[in-house]
Amino acid sequence: MKYAIWALWLSTLLAVAGWYGYRLYAGEELQVFNPGPLSAGHHQLEQACGACHVSPMGGGEVLQKACVNCHGDELKAARDAHPQSKFTDPRNADRLAHLDARYCLACHVEHAPERTWPMTVTQPDDFCVHCHADIAEDRPSHQDMAFDTCASAGCHNYHDNRALYEDFLVKGADQPLLLEIARIAAPAPLADKHPDWQKPAEVPQPDAPSERLNAEAVAGWLASDHAEVGVNCSGCHQPQGVAWQAKPELGTCQRCHAGEAQGFFAGKHGMRLNPDLLVKLTPMRPEPGLLAFTAESAGHELSCSSCHGAHKVDLVAAAVEACLGCHADQHSLAYQDSPHQRLWQAEQRGELPPGSGVSCASCHLPRETAEVHGRERRLVQHNQNANLRPNEKMLRGVCLDCHGLPFALDALADPLLLQNNFRGAPAQHVPSVDMALERARR
Amino acid sequence: MHTTLRPLLAVAVTAGLLTITGCQESKPSGFSPQQLTDMLHLVMESDRAVYTKQVVNRLKDEGVIKPSEHFIDDKALPLPAQMFRFGAEAVAAKTDAFSYSLQSLWPINKQNAPRTEAEKIGLQFIIDNPGQNYYTEEKLGEQSYFTAVYPDAAVAPVCASCHNEHKDSPRTDFKLGDVLGGVVIRVPLGG
Repeated sequence: MKYAIWALWLSTLLAVAGWYGYRLYAGEELQVFNPGPLSAGHHQLEQACGACHVSPMGGGEVLQKACVNCHGDELKAARDAHPQSKFTDPRNADRLAHLDARYCLACHVEHAPERTWPMTVTQPDDFCVHCHADIAEDRPSHQDMAFDTCASAGCHNYHDNRALYEDFLVKGADQPLLLEIARIAAPAPLADKHPDWQKPAEVPQPDAPSERLNAEAVAGWLASDHAEVGVNCSGCHQPQGVAWQAKPELGTCQRCHAGEAQGFFAGKHGMRLNPDLLVKLTPMRPEPGLLAFTAESAGHELSCSSCHGAHKVDLVAAAVEACLGCHADQHSLAYQDSPHQRLWQAEQRGELPPGSGVSCASCHLPRETAEVHGRERRLVQHNQNANLRPNEKMLRGVCLDCHGLPFALDALADPLLLQNNFRGAPAQHVPSVDMALERARR
Repeated sequence: MHTTLRPLLAVAVTAGLLTITGCQESKPSGFSPQQLTDMLHLVMESDRAVYTKQVVNRLKDEGVIKPSEHFIDDKALPLPAQMFRFGAEAVAAKTDAFSYSLQSLWPINKQNAPRTEAEKIGLQFIIDNPGQNYYTEEKLGEQSYFTAVYPDAAVAPVCASCHNEHKDSPRTDFKLGDVLGGVVIRVPLGG
């Protein structure tokens, strides 16, 4: 009897270990190993443990490398105010005992929803005190300010302070609410990407097999930049001479639009399709998303064509209609009849110069200068998260194209204005510009 | 961290000593931590003076390009102190065999004020004893270090004028040749 109990215990143990071991080995149903839900930034990757846990034996350094693999370039571009290199000097040993800021995980622990605050911070929100406890000695204006307001009052960010540093505030202090020439960056001309491009003398002819041709697709294609620059049906449906693909793969778009694809894979729209992921995931759909979405968008899979369309590649529709086809949160719904939308519509009617209107994409997918294949190009940043939170990240790349710094700071700090899509004047006032000016005067 | 740099550094130091002394047949004994930090400082001090005089000061005087704390936004040259810090950070990303930083009793950036007892004593020592360096050992966390503090002087007029004019500078009467602060170099001791 005693042996039977031991045998039963052992076989049960082996069965359980085998069940877990097989899943780990096969990479199936890995959620059984998940110690807790992931943060809003990573929740789409719950099936892709290997995106962060790149080695089963990995410790802090391995996880750190995974963080840097995805976020390193963005932090560099943001001129990270607290890079790892600030903390590696041994003179910081006592500080690191409180908060080991050499590692992203010191402040951004995953699988811990019960202690995850805005910006996915898992430290108490007065963490600045560890290094800046004596700030009032240097900045008397900061006397009696609570340390949980450093980052929440619109004054400082831990990583990205490009639009918040003192001298920048002083330089922008006198800027008016609306700049004299308020324009967002225009699309790059075709010649920017295709230096040898010339407008075709004749209407291009589609090269698809006749049985594949349909009037709507051809009309859309003829109206597109693809037709203008000579990308014919075969360019997408038979890339490099392969058999006809009814629905071209994302990689086909990526071959010509590498810069745009890079942003798409880094953002929430395309991170599940990132070719660097070890696990193949299905495209993102609105249902698993954490925001409010329209009922009609259920089941809609995100790819390039889901926003741009298959043939017409309509950039105007992609800038507003595509977004509002899915997004139904308060800010998105309030875009209708907002000041920004009225400008956008006036621009589309030709009543205002190009760049005067403000679409969803103007702010959330702004045009930037980036290096692609060794060439500097102006292209749309398809990582919608790159300038989203903290929202002061949006100042330099977006808001300041049209608005002065003091107004933009106040507007971004006003939660009501964010909800109602900037109808009305800011009710909040961020004092940082006044404080910077006062200090400069002294 | 490239911890492999440590044995390489030890070999290089040993080989260097043999070459310098010419005693190629004697038993290698390596450099002392003080000799090592003295040599590191010699390189740092020389590069720093060259950048300050031949690049920053000259191009500013010739009206070609100015230095600026916000050199990216202002399309300007990094300040000599920033250049020094970027180098220190680049070294720190590659090795923990040694580390260095620029500090001052009158720091423009308050994070560059002395923090450890050795730094506080050392920075005061180099002010009180012109021309002398300060050497000591200290324990930070669980690790012991040989710590050396070297005076960092205003080698060009631009050094003194920038420190005097910066709104965050706690001292505004520096002259050419004055000690503005100190270079602190640390070498971990033990295994």
